[in-house]
Amino acid sequence: MMEEDVLVLGNKKFKSRLFVGTGKYSSFEETKQALEISGAEIVTVAVRRVNLDDPSKESLLDYIDREKYTILPNTAGCYTEEDAVRTARLAREAGLSDMVKLEVIGDEKTLFPDNEALLSATKTLVKEGFIVLPYTNDDPIMAKKLEDAGAAAVMPLGAPIGSGLGIRNPYNIKIILETVKVPVIVDAGVGTASDAAIAMELGCDGVLMNTGIAGAKKPLLMAEAMKYAVKAGRLAYLAGRIPKKLYATASSPITDIIGQD
Amino acid sequence: MKIKVNGKEKELEEEITIKKLIDLLGLADRPLAVELNKEVVKKENHNSVRLKDGDTVEIIHFVGGG
Repeated sequence: MMEEDVLVLGNKKFKSRLFVGTGKYSSFEETKQALEISGAEIVTVAVRRVNLDDPSKESLLDYIDREKYTILPNTAGCYTEEDAVRTARLAREAGLSDMVKLEVIGDEKTLFPDNEALLSATKTLVKEGFIVLPYTNDDPIMAKKLEDAGAAAVMPLGAPIGSGLGIRNPYNIKIILETVKVPVIVDAGVGTASDAAIAMELGCDGVLMNTGIAGAKKPLLMAEAMKYAVKAGRLAYLAGRIPKKLYATASSPITDIIGQD
Repeated sequence: MKIKVNGKEKELEEEITIKKLIDLLGLADRPLAVELNKEVVKKENHNSVRLKDGDTVEIIHFVGGG
């Protein structure tokens, strides 16, 4: 048997390479079950104002076993560096994690990152001791800048958030993998199992998804599909695929066939 | 005095601590974090930091997100 294949992020080791978001489920109970079935060990959460009109409302965290899952707060919805940094600081102060999935969004329609602000926010938060996982576009130059700024991983998008378009530029992802030494985690765009498998076959260290599971007709079934897809893609990457060729190569012996003279 | 909490104005009769505000809002013992005038207030200081007229407070928690 090969030695254990683990993902190292910050000072933690993870067996699962599937990161799962907690948004858009029909209930907290469904969220809980989807996490369980997916086998994920890292789950993302968003930071929002407490509803002061109904403080008795149930909390998502009541449904997430913090012994079992590492909480990865995000800065989703932040359009400025200042808001993203403030949100990250608040998330850390809530006391669950030093990690942050850093998002600085540039545009409402595409939810593409504002790279300039993202890089600057990364620098600020790294200095403050955060384990920063920036959500970036699939640009190798940006990935390198983020790595140099001290990001613990880079998280290039496969396609726009929630689009389900899959890995639109696998070649860029491949170049990013050759460019940086930190883990590369595809974040956003995964629509179905094969998308996740493709990301992993390219050699990515992990895949993060939310809508791909929560938005499926049967989220729990998709959670299971994604678990296997990420695992299968990872194993295929480690196994090393055959080269692509234009013409056939017989898999059965080409000698001693009957009727040959 | 008036303060702003999570974007809404709130009238207070006297200067109170952040801890007291959290209690008043029915949020005691909840996993949350507090920002006062854009600066995080550490949990250990909730009992000592007092709110003043015109202060802006943000109280956050975690919700589902990706």
